[in-house]
Amino acid sequence: MSEDIISINNLTFCYNGLETISDISFTVKKGDYLGIAGPNGSGKSTLIKNILGILQAQKGTINIFGRPLASFNQWNRIGYLPQRINALNSHFPSTVEEIVQLGVTKRNPIALKRTLELMGVAHLSTRLIGELSYGEQQRIMLARALISQPDLLIFDEPTTALDPETRDIFYSVTDGMNRKNGTTIVLVTHDTGIIGQYARNLLYLDKKLIFFGTFENFCASPDMAGIFGLTSQHVICHQHERPENSI
Amino acid sequence: MGLIDIFNYEFVQRAFMAGILIAAISSILGVFLVLRRFSLIGDGLAHVTFGSVAFVMFLGVSPLYITLAALPIVMLSSLAILKLTQSKRIQGDAAIGVVSSLGIAAGIILASLSNGYNIDLFSYLFGNILTVTRIELLLSFIVFLVVAATVIIFYDDLFALTFDEELARTMGIKTGRINTILFLLTAVAAVLAMKVAGIMLVSAMLILPPLTALQLSLSFRMTIIAAVFFSILSVICGIIVAFVLNLPAGGTIVIFNIGFLLFISGAKKILPSTR
Repeated sequence: MSEDIISINNLTFCYNGLETISDISFTVKKGDYLGIAGPNGSGKSTLIKNILGILQAQKGTINIFGRPLASFNQWNRIGYLPQRINALNSHFPSTVEEIVQLGVTKRNPIALKRTLELMGVAHLSTRLIGELSYGEQQRIMLARALISQPDLLIFDEPTTALDPETRDIFYSVTDGMNRKNGTTIVLVTHDTGIIGQYARNLLYLDKKLIFFGTFENFCASPDMAGIFGLTSQHVICHQHERPENSI
Repeated sequence: MGLIDIFNYEFVQRAFMAGILIAAISSILGVFLVLRRFSLIGDGLAHVTFGSVAFVMFLGVSPLYITLAALPIVMLSSLAILKLTQSKRIQGDAAIGVVSSLGIAAGIILASLSNGYNIDLFSYLFGNILTVTRIELLLSFIVFLVVAATVIIFYDDLFALTFDEELARTMGIKTGRINTILFLLTAVAAVLAMKVAGIMLVSAMLILPPLTALQLSLSFRMTIIAAVFFSILSVICGIIVAFVLNLPAGGTIVIFNIGFLLFISGAKKILPSTR
């Protein structure tokens, strides 16, 4: 039986007295590729921030790699790519190399070079992060998340402003890590087509858990057809059934 | 009297040593504060220092120990600012404003309650590095060692925190602990900088050298080194010019800081980019 990477039980998070996440329970196993979808304000990012310990829920428990979040300390096993970085302005004095090695305890020039090449940004290594385009900055931040070869990757709307080419590189690299290395991936995005194409499990959130399970169950569910409409369900399921998505 | 002769005076030697140490302390901390948009904390803590100095003078503390006696109050105030900035209901700059107003208001009231020490109190407003005591020099040296050790030991954590606090938390960095250390050290730096530049210009010591260094578009580590360089250079030039031309040292040091900022900004616009 594969290891539980994330285990959440009865999680409730309130902001200013309002429940933004209500009584959510689910488990992510080793090697899973979970897509989290839901409308704006549905609690997707809040859920991720709770998993990462940035926010503290009022009720419920979170276990990461089998340990309660409060006592979890193997943060180098997690690579996180946030929706946006607050400091990414043109005046922030950091080179690409400094950013990519952020949080890396054992610096390894070979790993740095390999990761920068993988993301196609090796030529930018000595440039300041603030001088780069948004797409280049996102590639740098992805390189930072990947450099330690973490067991769990968490992405929060990672490709919102990327051009199609960079977006394809992003998803093919992360998909390869999931399939070849067994890296567990949690992807939050509005783009249910992308989730259908790459993820194997879907979690649909609207403050409460609307759906959690495999795409096969999602596609066969008349309830989901009722919520999403037949056309949307068909688009998501059609993406999932594409030949290149077969395992 | 030649320029070299001024170094024969012990009080001048103390002024240079303390000035260089305080310049290094404030510029190192200033890089983190400026990049985290906490630039005004220096101003806020300076106002609290005014209130604290007024309070310890009101209590009759000897002038020799005023800096030392004011420290705990300013350090507590820095923690209050930190707590307020973390509150969801008060914006960071407003939190600084709250504590700052309290400090200056308390200082004015205490000054009016006892007319006897008004002249002494107002001398702290403008500072005088040539009156640095041996205790203050020793304190500067100890604080310099603490700041240097903190930045070396926690460099990666401070860098991550400065880049993005949320991201730093996902790396397992104890951001609360690092923030507390940073704010406490800033409080000490503000009290020490009061002797160099005066309460009115404390924030200049924290803000201007990092701003000048940022114009150079260097890496993070080199930005810190450049900020220290410009800060120390300003102090050395400021003290010499102030001594020779009989000007207030604090104001002269800050004018040099601004001069370097304008010079580097101007040169950057004129010279083509090397990148």
